[in-house]
Amino acid sequence: MLSKRIIPCLDVRAGQLTKGVKFQGNVDIGDPVEVARQYYEQGADEIVFYDITASADGRAIMIDVVRRVAETIFIPFAVGGGIRTLEEMRQVILAGAEKVSVNSGAVKNPDIIREGAKAFGSQCVVLGMDVKKVERTKEIPSGYEIVIHGGRVYTGLDAPWWAKEAERLGAGEICLNSIDADGTRDGYDINLTSLISTNVSIPVIASGGAGEPEHLYDVLTRGHADAVLIASMVHYRTYTIQEIKNFLHDRGVKTRLAW
Amino acid sequence: MIAVVDYGAGNLTSVARALGYIGKPCRVTDDPETLNRASHVIFPGVGAAGGAMENLQSRGLDQWLRSWFASGKPLLGICLGTQVIFDYSEENKTPCLGLIPGRVKRFPPGTQDEGRALKIPHMGWNGVAFAGKHPVFAGISREAEFYFVHAYYPAPAEAGHVIGWTDYGLTFCSAVAVRNLVAVQFHPEKSGAPGLKILENFCTWDGAYAE
Repeated sequence: MLSKRIIPCLDVRAGQLTKGVKFQGNVDIGDPVEVARQYYEQGADEIVFYDITASADGRAIMIDVVRRVAETIFIPFAVGGGIRTLEEMRQVILAGAEKVSVNSGAVKNPDIIREGAKAFGSQCVVLGMDVKKVERTKEIPSGYEIVIHGGRVYTGLDAPWWAKEAERLGAGEICLNSIDADGTRDGYDINLTSLISTNVSIPVIASGGAGEPEHLYDVLTRGHADAVLIASMVHYRTYTIQEIKNFLHDRGVKTRLAW
Repeated sequence: MIAVVDYGAGNLTSVARALGYIGKPCRVTDDPETLNRASHVIFPGVGAAGGAMENLQSRGLDQWLRSWFASGKPLLGICLGTQVIFDYSEENKTPCLGLIPGRVKRFPPGTQDEGRALKIPHMGWNGVAFAGKHPVFAGISREAEFYFVHAYYPAPAEAGHVIGWTDYGLTFCSAVAVRNLVAVQFHPEKSGAPGLKILENFCTWDGAYAE
């Protein structure tokens, strides 16, 4: 039976982590390659890198980070953040990333999903969705709207519709981030995750709000998520990946325990 | 020399990187002359069966793979590479290499597990129940899991060719072993330490296997 995936997410700016990750002896590590290696050895099932650099220089630095990560860890990893063109996808994949996540770029140009899937295969294309709770209207019947630019711009797209559309265009996976839950550490948006995950046949990664292993349990069971993105709860060493996996295992959720 | 067959089926750099990491540098090539000089050949690939067979045929690599298999030297299939060694794939209704008898089928829509519809593709980490002993799978723990991403699965005609089984709604063949050929549906190059161990075992295997 398939294991539920536990995926640490690392924000990178100009080749360095935006916040240091604490490891043994509370040493703060800012090098994304070294942190990826540690998480790989600690049993991460996959890693997501989010590049928050805007400049072309920053992009070149990120490609170098991807190349070094690919020589260091031997599990799948995804790269997202500001990817708008097929050429940008190609650079990231040739540098060694297994998957590329498109978000705002796909809202503005949905064809990037189709082109990416055709060029590299659906398994390479992850649709990142940032979602905000809104009033239910005729345009947004679910009450969940797609937002871009970190939640500042409303797109008028109903989240379940956009998820379906991305699947139709060839996305291989969805990374679903609740802007409302993000950073709260109060738990994932279970209703949103369940709504999207049961509405598409591709895997859904839940993101935003993780603070306790219990939150992961909830979204992987009631929320029907296939995987979970985690950040601060492991970056600040509140929990190790092993502890989280053991907790889920004891509650009857299948995770990968040997590596 | 270890050679990786390049036939335009996706990004092969991850296999090359994994081999480099374990100290077994390789040549990634579509040139039959270079491939002939190899001691071990790895046949990977992601993508669709139809395009893969077209690419193989246009480079003459379909015939080359048949003769390599007949030579008795070690051959490792990975993912799509594993699927096209069979007679036929339901994907794009593709006649394949026919190195070993069997078909490749799609996970049936509506396949369920504990009452929930299963996601297709089968993407993520899953176990493999290895049947019997094979040098390429030596030292792999029973708890080890491997990274899969596929919507089609191999169904060998002869049960004796199956050496690994995986459960995903149904129980499918995730590893086959026939003489000098080993083929796996998962990605050893993306499966952490157990995957690297399989690659390492393959690179030191002499190709001998008594079923």
